[in-house]
Amino acid sequence: MSKLFSKDNQKVFLEPLNINNPILIQVLGICSALAVTAKLEPAIVMGLSVTVIMAFSNVIISLIRKTIPNRIRIIIQLVVVAALVTIVSMILKAFAYDVSVQLSVYVGLIITNCILMGRLEAFAMTNGPWESLLDGVGNGLGYAWILVVVGGVRELLGSGTLLNIRLIPQSFYDAGYMNNGMMTMPAMAMILLGCVIWVHRSFIKE
Amino acid sequence: MLHEYIEKIRPHFEEGGKLKAFRSVFDGFETFLLVPNTTSKSGVSIHDAIDSKRIMSFVVIALMPALLFGMYNIGLQHYSYIHAEASHLTMFLYGLCITLPKIVVSYAVGLGIEFTVAQWKHEEIQEGYLVTGMLIPMIVPVNCPLWMLALAVAFSVIFAKEIYGGTGMNIFNPALVARAFLFFAYPSKMSGDKVWISTDQVFGMGKDLDVVSSATPLGQAANTAFENSAEFLGSMDFSSYVIGTMPGSIGETSVIAILIGAFILLWTKIASWRTMVSVFIGGAIVGFLFNVAGPQTTIAQIPWYDHLVLGGFCFGAVFMATDPVTSCRTEKGKYIYGFLIGALAITIRVLNPGYPEGMMLAILFMNVFAPTIDYCFVNNNINKRLKRAK
Repeated sequence: MSKLFSKDNQKVFLEPLNINNPILIQVLGICSALAVTAKLEPAIVMGLSVTVIMAFSNVIISLIRKTIPNRIRIIIQLVVVAALVTIVSMILKAFAYDVSVQLSVYVGLIITNCILMGRLEAFAMTNGPWESLLDGVGNGLGYAWILVVVGGVRELLGSGTLLNIRLIPQSFYDAGYMNNGMMTMPAMAMILLGCVIWVHRSFIKE
Repeated sequence: MLHEYIEKIRPHFEEGGKLKAFRSVFDGFETFLLVPNTTSKSGVSIHDAIDSKRIMSFVVIALMPALLFGMYNIGLQHYSYIHAEASHLTMFLYGLCITLPKIVVSYAVGLGIEFTVAQWKHEEIQEGYLVTGMLIPMIVPVNCPLWMLALAVAFSVIFAKEIYGGTGMNIFNPALVARAFLFFAYPSKMSGDKVWISTDQVFGMGKDLDVVSSATPLGQAANTAFENSAEFLGSMDFSSYVIGTMPGSIGETSVIAILIGAFILLWTKIASWRTMVSVFIGGAIVGFLFNVAGPQTTIAQIPWYDHLVLGGFCFGAVFMATDPVTSCRTEKGKYIYGFLIGALAITIRVLNPGYPEGMMLAILFMNVFAPTIDYCFVNNNINKRLKRAK
């Protein structure tokens, strides 16, 4: 086993943040990225939930990967993810009820998030627990920062606030400025996401 | 003389000249003012006598009657609301002062983006914006702030046109995308009863008003309870709808002015009469069906002939649905395309409580389906011929 922070492990952690980002490059997990980013707060919570679930499920699957029969591996992965999602959903309901109401079904739908299944199949099934942990956290954060960017822009332009703190002063509104209602619609999230991908691709040349 | 001047300043814009950065702008103006004498070098092409810049100029000319009447109508609505006497000229000048900034903003922003893109990609400037830039100010309410207009123009030019590859490649009509953007982003400024009459004072003309509430006939119909529908229907005035002296977006109110434009477009064969006629047929049939067996709402009881002259129906049918880029290319397809636009527009009007007007959404919706309709007809034709060959 290689050292904890070897070159390879760094690559495992850093690649999903940028040059192999699950949303920007692999275009996975778009559904939830469009649905929960109308405000910044649910976007952050969603990003963190996915990161946590991805990290734990990666580690668990990686630990038991040699005992999983090949034919039923998808079912076993799903059971692990579903258990973790249920725990996270309960924690959210207990400690952050408002946000969990805003996220509604999308917490439950993390089970079907393509990024999770993809990482479990492609990485955790063939790598050790430490690498899997790095990979899970890396992919989760790669997913989360896109959500935060899109959520931030949408909340600022759509509601004039960030984390429910008013940022655009009242004098702007008096001068005729208005919140952009389109920003609160998922259609605009799609366009914004497209713009983020556009900017990203123009910097990263493959 | 013009030609000599252009030849004189040409060296500045060529490689090595000091104004090289504005090469595409120069090129654009040259081909706009004079018919270019270069033709395509590759393949066999058939050339029409007029090129696409000339086509665009004709469309702009066709838009003029509706625009001029729209200006007059702005003044008329304003002065009749404040109960002041004013000559027709004053009314027109008032409308001109309200409308001109919108047109200037629309062209400045739109052409600015087009020129930048053309320069950046080393392409020729595309001429499509000439028409779009005139259409956009004509389909927004009078009270639409200029910064909103600028934002909508930027959005539609970038996301409805340049992303798809510029003029001729776009799926959606850019002018309608601009309006749809405004409609969904700033609903309170785009519909409702407080946006249709100008409340500003310009150059000492008119009077500052705080809040004016005046709904379009369609807006009134949507808000009238069914019990009062007989009274509302009695107050409808077909002739004023045809002449266009009612509140509405700047260019859309007068059916007569639009018909003059339609005549110019048909006479020069720029627009297809198939699309135009079938839009009206579609609207009439569906309007009639709602009259006979519609739901118990006031708007469903509006006679079908009134439906055709109200709101943006005429304007959309003549100037938007016939856009050669976004409509069907096959001749048979144009009938279906037009018919469905008319039918959908009236259906949205009558059945959707949220939007009193349905023309914009109907055309955008059918823009999506135009290639599919074409595909069906082309394939049908291929199959027929294959059968004949056997």
